[in-house]
Amino acid sequence: MTVIWLLSTVALIMSDSPIIEVSGLRMRYGTTDVLDGVDFEVGRGEVVTLLGPNGAGKTTTIEILEGFREPSAGDARVFGANPATASEDWRARVGVVLQSWRDHARWSPHDLLDHLGRYYEPYSTPERKRPYDVDELITMVGLVDHADQKIRTLSGGQRRRLDVAVGIIGRPELLFLDEPTAGFDPQAKRDFHDIVHRLADLEDTTILLTTHDLDEAEKLADRILILAGGRIVADGTADQLAREITREAQVRWSRDGETFVHATPDATRFVRELFSQYGDDIGDLEVRRATLEDTYIALVQQFETGQAAEAATSAFEGAAG
Amino acid sequence: MNPRTHALKTGIARGWHEFKLGLRSPQDWGFYVFMALVTLGYLWLNRNNTVEGGGMSMSLPAFAMPSILGALIAFGLVIGPGYSLAMEREDGTLLRSKAVPRGMTGYVAGQVVLHSMGIIPTFAVILIPGMFLFDDLMQNGAAGWATMLWVTVLGLLATLPIGIILGSLVPNVQKMGTWGFFPIMGLTAISGIFFPIQALWGWIQVVAQIFPVYWLGLGMRSAFLPDSAAALEIGGTWRTGLTVIVLSVWAIAGFLMAPRILRKMAKRQSGSQVEAARHEATQWVR
Repeated sequence: MTVIWLLSTVALIMSDSPIIEVSGLRMRYGTTDVLDGVDFEVGRGEVVTLLGPNGAGKTTTIEILEGFREPSAGDARVFGANPATASEDWRARVGVVLQSWRDHARWSPHDLLDHLGRYYEPYSTPERKRPYDVDELITMVGLVDHADQKIRTLSGGQRRRLDVAVGIIGRPELLFLDEPTAGFDPQAKRDFHDIVHRLADLEDTTILLTTHDLDEAEKLADRILILAGGRIVADGTADQLAREITREAQVRWSRDGETFVHATPDATRFVRELFSQYGDDIGDLEVRRATLEDTYIALVQQFETGQAAEAATSAFEGAAG
Repeated sequence: MNPRTHALKTGIARGWHEFKLGLRSPQDWGFYVFMALVTLGYLWLNRNNTVEGGGMSMSLPAFAMPSILGALIAFGLVIGPGYSLAMEREDGTLLRSKAVPRGMTGYVAGQVVLHSMGIIPTFAVILIPGMFLFDDLMQNGAAGWATMLWVTVLGLLATLPIGIILGSLVPNVQKMGTWGFFPIMGLTAISGIFFPIQALWGWIQVVAQIFPVYWLGLGMRSAFLPDSAAALEIGGTWRTGLTVIVLSVWAIAGFLMAPRILRKMAKRQSGSQVEAARHEATQWVR
């Protein structure tokens, strides 16, 4: 029995099975379904962004995966375990970036990171040294000048940097970030993006994050999930999503002081023809593919009108019946 | 390295660190000094009063000082962890602990150390000036100090789990008054801290003797007062055996119940709950 168990565990580790597997996830508060059958997977080393309008259930999804909340129905697996009942050892592999408020107000960032890091010491391996060196981490998140002052006296931005540091102190294999850059100034945002790239590239960290910043999603994510109305309505790279919504690109140019706009599925061919026809007369050429923002707005609107239509239909059927 | 033992050690270090932070904090000292002033002020104003019973009469400060020390253990170890837990549940401290491996084990160990250590400055600010203000506070020498020590430790074990349970069950910090503060004050009033319990109705005496506050006061009096003073007590003796039994029963029951209740409460903690509390608190300010 033990041998079989061992073999299956080894097989599980060896196989490239997904780090996160979610199927049929439902969450009901009272009579409203916040999550209504969510399915997705995240593979090792992937950076996945979860997008969606406010109230779509992004935070609920992340909290279920963090093990802080139990779903009403459905199955969530992280490293093959149910997060709600996973062991404390499981915790050592998972990093969570929380929004700090007034916790540990008297502590200094250095002391807090040093303390929280100690919990990871028993889980250090030669390949993955745990925890991070505190000074190294403080430098990485840009808190060197504030390492020894009371957390109470940190600015909002500095606090968020500390939150990120706390989330990764244990050198997690999987990191959850719920709106990590809300309230960041551009410099802080860029620093944070560098950290995410570093974690993904150098530490092989799998990352699931939520954001409202579509530019950020495009910059960071290998793959984007859009959650609307309690379901995943889109899943793919930014390019894939754009193509799914509209295959057309907009070509804009000027000729003889007049501006022209033309939508075409094959912009390259169109531009080639344009030049062969008019040559040097063409100016101000601009080819614009659908941005993630266009895609996102279109998808969410599509979904919302779909939902309205569905409601109308069922109301009509109700009236007819 | 056993992860559980390691987490306990980390938690003890956490408690010690928080205790040191407290010692460096003017707020905390303000609290200790205020408490000392109120206690010593009360005793000083009543320095010429006496308590009587069982054909025996003694000065009120001599009777009340040890009793108050006993009550302060109950007060500090019930209200202290109660407030901490209720507060740190809301502000996300607990959630941070939950997010690290065996962090809750460490958190609780830290709380136990922090609030137990809190007894030291509490006693120091009252006992040291008290020694100068009042004559013959300690009448039993080294044996008396030893008794004080074991009563303190046993009382701590009996009351600390109550504080943890209270902090886990109270709906929010604002409710700590009704759930924690006032019940403890009421209990202290009927537990023979300021005057012998026999002055009260029989049924109140029975109620008081169910709870640890009375026995903490009695144990402390047995440490500080001469044997002749036992005449003031119920049955005319210190009832040391019964003191040990009652406090031990509370300690055992508490240590059996507290982890379960605490675990249940911790399970409910999530980021959105902290967010909701934060939202409520900002509403409160406006």
